[in-house]
Amino acid sequence: MAKVKEKPSEIVFSVVVMIILVLFCLVVLLPLIYVVSASFSDPYALMVGDVGLFPVNPTLSMYKRVFQNSEIWGSYLNTIIYTVVGTCISLVLTCSGAYPLSRPDMYGRGPIMMVFTFTMFFSGGMIPSYLLVQRLNMMNSIWAIVVPSAISTYNLIVMRTFYQQTIPNELVESASLDGYNDLQIFAKIVLPLSAPIIAVMALFYGVAMWNSWFSALLYLRDRAKYPLQMILREILIQNDSSMANAATTDNEMIGLGIRYATMVVATLPIMCLYPFLQKYFVKGVMIGAVKG
Amino acid sequence: MTKTAVQSSAPAKKDESGFARVWKNIKRCKWLYLMLLPALAWYLIFCYQPMYGAQIAFKQFNPAQGITGSPWVGFRYFQQFFRSPYLGRLIRNTLGISLYDIIVGFPAPILLALLINEVQQKYVQKVVQTVVYLPHFISTVVMAGMVLAFLAPNTGIVNSLIMSLGGESIHFMAKPEYFKTVFVLSGVWQGAGWGSIIYLAALTSIDPSLYEAAIVDGATKFQRLIRITLPCIAPTIMIMLILRMGSIFSVGYEKIILLYNDATMETADVISSYVYRRGIQGGEFSFSTAVGLFNSLINFIVIITFNKISRKFSEVSLW
Repeated sequence: MAKVKEKPSEIVFSVVVMIILVLFCLVVLLPLIYVVSASFSDPYALMVGDVGLFPVNPTLSMYKRVFQNSEIWGSYLNTIIYTVVGTCISLVLTCSGAYPLSRPDMYGRGPIMMVFTFTMFFSGGMIPSYLLVQRLNMMNSIWAIVVPSAISTYNLIVMRTFYQQTIPNELVESASLDGYNDLQIFAKIVLPLSAPIIAVMALFYGVAMWNSWFSALLYLRDRAKYPLQMILREILIQNDSSMANAATTDNEMIGLGIRYATMVVATLPIMCLYPFLQKYFVKGVMIGAVKG
Repeated sequence: MTKTAVQSSAPAKKDESGFARVWKNIKRCKWLYLMLLPALAWYLIFCYQPMYGAQIAFKQFNPAQGITGSPWVGFRYFQQFFRSPYLGRLIRNTLGISLYDIIVGFPAPILLALLINEVQQKYVQKVVQTVVYLPHFISTVVMAGMVLAFLAPNTGIVNSLIMSLGGESIHFMAKPEYFKTVFVLSGVWQGAGWGSIIYLAALTSIDPSLYEAAIVDGATKFQRLIRITLPCIAPTIMIMLILRMGSIFSVGYEKIILLYNDATMETADVISSYVYRRGIQGGEFSFSTAVGLFNSLINFIVIITFNKISRKFSEVSLW
C-alpha cells in the first residue's frame, strides 16, 4: 500500500490503539505469569503475599509434591485415554455423518439436517440424559464420558461446510462414472482432501475432552477412573481453605503452593501445543463463521 | 457395478409412482445413508431419547416402573416450581448474569477485533492474537481455581494488593454482591479473545476499495472505522447478538457450580445449577426435569422470537 503522509491526529489514533491493545495483553498475561511465578515460589512468601511476577526463593518443592501424588498421575493417564478414545469416536461420527449432508444429490438431506440442528436449540435436559446413561448401563465406565458428548452439532456443520466448499461436485461425478460407489469416493477422494479440517476437528474435540469434568462428576463413581479435571477440582475447589477460617498452618501454606503447581501441570500440555496449532483452531472458527 | 452406478444417476422418470421414485432415490443414495447411519443413530439415542424421557416432568417418576410405567401427574411439578420461593431468585440471577454478560461481555470481542484490525504491522497482530486466544484453552476447573486462589482473603494476590495499598482484605467469594461481577469478568477474561475471531473473519472480507476511496476523500482513520468498518460487520454483530439473546435464559452451570457456595447462593444460583442440585444431588428427578424443561422451552421461544424480530427489521436471521 502506498504510504500516505500521516497527520498528527492519525498518529495519535494509532498510538491510542496500540496502548489499549498492550493493556489488553497485559490483563490476559499477568494472571498467567503470576500463576507460574507462584508455583515456583517458596510457599511462605506466597502466604504472606510477597510473590509478584517473579518467583520468590525459587523452589521445585511444590512440583515434587504434585509429582509424588499418584492420583494425579493416574488421572492424567485416564484423561489421555478418554481424550484419545473420545476424539477418535467423535471424528468417525462427525466426518462420516457430515459428508452425506454436504452432497446436493443426497435424497432427504434437508429433513435430516433439521433433525440435527434442532438439537442445538432444544434439549431434553440434564436429568433425562442422566437417566438414559443409567439405562444404557454406561454408568461408571469410559463410555459414559466419551459417547454421550461424541458429536458437537456445531463441529458437524463446520465439517459439512468444508466439504461443500472444497470438494468439487465434478470430482464426485467423474469418480462415480469411473465406477466408484459413494463409500469409495469418500474413503479415497474426500478424506485425503479433508486432512486439514480433520486436524481442526481433532483439536476441537481433543481440547474439549481434555478439559471436561462434568460428565465425570455425573457418571463416574470410582475414584480410580477419574479424569485429571476431577482431581483438580478436589485440589483447587473443594480443598479451598479460604472458606474455612484461615488458620495459618503449614498444611494450608503448602496447599496454597500445590494449587498453583497443579494448575501449571494440568494446563501445560495444551499451552505448549497451542502456539503451533493456533492457525488450525482459527481456521475452524473461520469456516464456522461462513454459515453461522 | 459400473453399470448400476451410471444408470442410477439418471433422473427419475415422471410416470413412476411416488413410492417407487422415493425407493429409487433411497437406493441410489444407499452408501450415503450407510455413512450417515452412525451419526443419525447417535442423535436419535443421545438427543431425542432424552427429549422423550423428559415426559417424566409430567409423571411421578419411580425407577422401578421406568419412564413409561410411572403414573401421570399432569402439571404438578411445574406448579410446585412456580409456587416455590426460589422461582424469583433463579430467574433474577439467570437473567441478571446474562444481561450483565451481554452488556460487558458482548462488546468486548468486537472492540478487540476492531483494535487488532487497526494495527498495520502483521507481526504485532499475530502476537496480540496469540496472547488473547490463550485463556480460551484453560479448563473451567483451572479457571475457577485461579479465581478462588486470586480472590482468597489475606493470601490471594488481589487482597495482597488491596492491603498493600492500605485497604482491608475482602472475602470476595463469600459476599453475594460480588458474585456476578466475578463470574462475568472472569468469563470476559477467558472468552473475549477467542470471541474476536469471528469478527476478525468478517473484517477481512471487507472490500479494500472502500477504504481506498475513503482515503482519497480524506477520511481519517476514525471516520473510516465508524463509517466503513462498523457498518460492514454490522450483520455479523447482529447474528451474534441474536444468538446471545437466544441463550439469555441459559447460564452454564459448570462454572457456577465450581464457584458458588452457601454464602453466595442468593445471587449465584441459576436455573441450571438448581436443576443439578435438586436432580442429581437431591434425586428429585421429576421435579428437576420439569424445571429443566421449563428452561429449555423458554430458551427455544426466546431464540425464535429474536430471530423473527431480526428478520423483520434487518433482514439478518439464522434461518
